[in-house]
Amino acid sequence: MSTTNYIGKPTSRVDGPAKVTGTATYAAEYSVANMAYGYVVSSPIAKGKITKIHAEEVLALPGVVQVFSHENVPSLAWFDRSYKDDVAPGGSPFRALHDADIKFSQQPVALIVAETFELARYAASVLRVEYQQEDHETSLETQRAKGYEPGAGKTGFQPPPAPRGNPDKAWEEAPHRMEAEYVHGAQHHNPMELFSTTVEWRGEGKITAYDKTQGVMNVQQYLTKIFGLKKDDCRVVNEYMGGGFGSGLRPQYSAYLAVLAALELKRSVRLTLTREQMFSFGHRPHTLQYLKLAANADGTLAALQHHALHETSQFEDYTENVVNWSGMLYQCENVKLGYQIAKLDMYTPLDMRAPGAASGSIGLEIAMDEMAYAAGLDPLEFRLRNYAERDQNVDKPFSSKKLRECYHQGAAKFGWDKRTQAPGSMRNADGKLVGWGVGGGVWDATQQKAAAKASITADGKLTVSSATGENGTGTYTIMSQIAAETLGLPIEAVTFKLGDTDLPESPLQGGSWTAASVGSAVQSTCEALAEKIFKLARKMDDSPLRDAKFEDVEFASGQLRLRADHSQAVVLRDVLQASGEAKLEADSSVMPNMVKQNGYSLHSHNVVFAEVTVDEDLGTVHVTRVVNAIAAGRILNLKTARSQVLGSVVWGLGMALMEETVMDHKFGRYMNHNFAEYHVPVNADIHDIDVLFVEEEDDIVNPLGVKGIGEVGMLGVAAAVANAVFHATGKRVRDLPVMIDKLL
Amino acid sequence: MNPFTYSRATAVADAVRDKASHPDSEYLGGGTNLIDLMKENVARPTHLVGLNKLPLADIEALPDGGLRLGALATNADTAWHDEVKSRYPLLNQAILAGASPQLRNAATNGGNLMQRTRCYYFYDLATPCNKREPGSGCSAIGGYNRVCGILGTSESCIATHPSDMCVALAALAPTVRVSGPNGDRTIAFDDFHRLPGDQPEKDNNLEPGELITGLDLPAKGFEKNFSYLKLRDRSSYAFALISVAAGLELEGNTIKDARLALGGVAHKPWRDQEAENMLKGQPATEDTFRRVAAKVVADAKGHGSNDFKIELAKRAIVRALKQAAEGNQHAADVFLNSNP
Ligand SMILES: Cc1cc2nc3c(=O)[nH]c(=O)nc-3n(C[C@H](O)[C@H](O)[C@H](O)COP(=O)(O)OP(=O)(O)OC[C@H]3O[C@@H](n4cnc5c(N)ncnc54)[C@H](O)[C@@H]3O)c2cc1C
Ligand code: SF4
Repeated sequence: MSTTNYIGKPTSRVDGPAKVTGTATYAAEYSVANMAYGYVVSSPIAKGKITKIHAEEVLALPGVVQVFSHENVPSLAWFDRSYKDDVAPGGSPFRALHDADIKFSQQPVALIVAETFELARYAASVLRVEYQQEDHETSLETQRAKGYEPGAGKTGFQPPPAPRGNPDKAWEEAPHRMEAEYVHGAQHHNPMELFSTTVEWRGEGKITAYDKTQGVMNVQQYLTKIFGLKKDDCRVVNEYMGGGFGSGLRPQYSAYLAVLAALELKRSVRLTLTREQMFSFGHRPHTLQYLKLAANADGTLAALQHHALHETSQFEDYTENVVNWSGMLYQCENVKLGYQIAKLDMYTPLDMRAPGAASGSIGLEIAMDEMAYAAGLDPLEFRLRNYAERDQNVDKPFSSKKLRECYHQGAAKFGWDKRTQAPGSMRNADGKLVGWGVGGGVWDATQQKAAAKASITADGKLTVSSATGENGTGTYTIMSQIAAETLGLPIEAVTFKLGDTDLPESPLQGGSWTAASVGSAVQSTCEALAEKIFKLARKMDDSPLRDAKFEDVEFASGQLRLRADHSQAVVLRDVLQASGEAKLEADSSVMPNMVKQNGYSLHSHNVVFAEVTVDEDLGTVHVTRVVNAIAAGRILNLKTARSQVLGSVVWGLGMALMEETVMDHKFGRYMNHNFAEYHVPVNADIHDIDVLFVEEEDDIVNPLGVKGIGEVGMLGVAAAVANAVFHATGKRVRDLPVMIDKLL
Repeated sequence: MNPFTYSRATAVADAVRDKASHPDSEYLGGGTNLIDLMKENVARPTHLVGLNKLPLADIEALPDGGLRLGALATNADTAWHDEVKSRYPLLNQAILAGASPQLRNAATNGGNLMQRTRCYYFYDLATPCNKREPGSGCSAIGGYNRVCGILGTSESCIATHPSDMCVALAALAPTVRVSGPNGDRTIAFDDFHRLPGDQPEKDNNLEPGELITGLDLPAKGFEKNFSYLKLRDRSSYAFALISVAAGLELEGNTIKDARLALGGVAHKPWRDQEAENMLKGQPATEDTFRRVAAKVVADAKGHGSNDFKIELAKRAIVRALKQAAEGNQHAADVFLNSNP
């Protein structure tokens, strides 16, 4: 047998064949018997009241089963706490079809259930709903004065640290200064897969919900609380996900409505939202950022202020960490960070890939570029002069931080030393302007409590499971790698199961913590199983391991052998067969080691170098090269990790150049709610992308030494592109995306 | 989407008759626009007349040296047809600059002429729109009108015709062949689409029930000196903010004949014959092109978020005419406009 060392190797996705052959089943694809189909009717107005729903007209259509609205939903859980999911922000969660109030445009106002999807859709198009419209406010610009500091209601949200030093005075006295405002528009997650729930009615009030979600446990606890179900009666399953990016962190109203209909009708129901309705819930908020930086004559930062204001709904205080990163990415003694949100008549924003940091790094990293130019310094050199050796926000050392190596290796790969500083000073062979820009960021390395279960059968096949998720990131693959390597099995002998509330408890799949949390649980579970196998091996007749201790042996290449002498070995399968046991099992639950972690700041870092070409007459921008260098602990799988970063870079380019949901404030409504007009990059927009991992050895973050790679890759990408555009053209665009008209 | 019936016509006369006998019916070509509009409830036909079995998919030479493009030939087959590539490379480039390969494989030439505007409000039933619902008002005026027009707009509508293919056709000036309840007729391409005026619900001058059967391109294809320049918010698969189709006939450096049409600016593909006349007899220089570009947008009017189109159109015209004069475009060079 060849090597069973898989960790760190570029292993191909174990679920790849299932996906490309169409056997991977998504939420809308489970076929259950006697199913009815739902279709949501959405509000055309942003604020007001429903005055009449002419349900009887569509109920008269043969095949329409029911029209659910606030007029006929059963009485459900009363208190807000029943509607709070694991990542709900402070406030009062939205309840679909709860009352006649309209709180945002595209709010679901009715659910039609019919015998066919086509009929439900048609009925939705003819259902007459009358409204009494009220004045709405959806423009953040008008609410500048109404911003307020939110409470720390949401998991993971940290209010900015207290100011340090005297930033105002330091700014006044410094030789080089800048201040500017930066803006980026709203964005919607828009995974390819539409939100969808297939609810299987199992009789007697029992259901299985196949639901698109990043957390089956979260959806289960949400549904059981609202509908008063027992956990055993409400199984939630999601084995594959066609992209999440944060949109599946909170249970969506589609899941709630589908379950409502199934329980009321005592029948299986499927509900799928439309692409347009994918713009009816959470989004990355439109954010205004104000930065004020000063530098000393030696190029060190004298003062740094970063204030952000973004939108939230009228009913919840959505929060994300926008400014905190600015207090830890660079060394600075005089820092003030401010963070406010303002209420608007729209749905609550929702975490989107690198929430807060993706936005904050736009403000900070463009400001750093402006500051470098004001101080007459190369933007990379300026960053090196302000390298933070400690996290000054919490006054702790980093558990590991190889950002300096990222700067050096990334710059070398990119050829940064050939850059000339003056804007407009570089051109390509065709005479087009060329610009080189840099940006970067810092992201949390978090571990959550997670559990896993493992069982091995006499034929040497291992099954490991945990209720985590696979939203395309590679969870199936890296968990299989960890399990295979820990027990020295070929990866083909490992099956990893996830996305089912019947499996051991696992956190939401988000925050880049799945590898660290579930990975640690899988490793620990497989080690527990290894000990059991070892005990059996010692009991074998003539066992060469009879006198060995567990520390003396290793599991590799399908064998259990002495570390010191590989010839002293037993074949794993033989051990199991000799034992007479049909199956061996182990389970384990792993918590972060707080004692070990407490003295440190746990973070991943990156730096991005981008090259653009600009046609100065026509204002067109192309990003011809990107190098993204990342320090995120140990990399479990070079291939899936690289893919994650490629995706991040592509998204970052979109954020820089084209991606924005446009609201018409007259209607309080997003208008480009389809894939023809909501622009994300296409292949022709993407050229060379290089990904570098500078690995860090870190046994403080978690036993596996991983920091997560799902989000850090996005940081600084948009800023690097905007900075490159400045370098090419001398035009400083401070409101992203940088579209043609901003460069004319 | 409402329930509808469907029939498949195999002869032109049957198609016309079938359509005439169903009051709320539509012809169905590739369906890439109509089906979308039905899903959004913007179009609600109760009967569809399927056209794809009509014998109108051919592309054939005409005795006068021109080329006939069947109405049911797909956009892809048209663009890649040998005669189109070699003699009408401007058309090849314009088609390939539009949509995506998948869409072009399904889309038909007739459907391309008939595709409706991409104005955001037209697509969203929650907002007033005169084109969708005459008399309800125009939300784009005073609203988000980045994709809207700057030339020939009216108080009731500022939408644009979104086609790329049609911009090249406007420059090449074919005749449109139609067949209807009252017989066959031809329409000059320039007279096919119309300006919104106070009837924005009408995109073109087809009579009720008329079917497009083909397009007859004249012999002149400007195959030596041409350019199709498309500017958009990403490198592919986006509608034009501004596009320019330019064709020149040069004698030395003097312009003998010229064609100039713009997309993304008006309710119809915007051919400017006065500008073409200004070019004739002039030297093919940047100076000439600038004067002509200034003339084309002299009466242009911005509506807020699309103000930039006036300046962008000017610059794009100059660039396209320069490229045409240099004569260095090749039909196969489909990514020309997106080359970094
Ligand atoms: C996402 C997206 C992006 C696109 N991007 C571009 C782009 O960048 N540039 C571009 O130019 N186009 C673009 N298109 C539009 C595409 O070119 C048109 O949808 C297509 O040309 C329409 O042709 P069809 O045969 O599919 O028409 P259909 O959808 O079948 O029909 C459209 C209309 O034409 C009528 N019709 C069809 N054939 C005839 C006929 N022979 N006689 C009379 N009436 C007829 C139908 O009744 C209907 O009203 C895009 C489309 C989509 C969906
Ligand atoms: S511009 Fe035309 S299509 Fe757009 S909203 Fe106004 S009337 Fe409708």
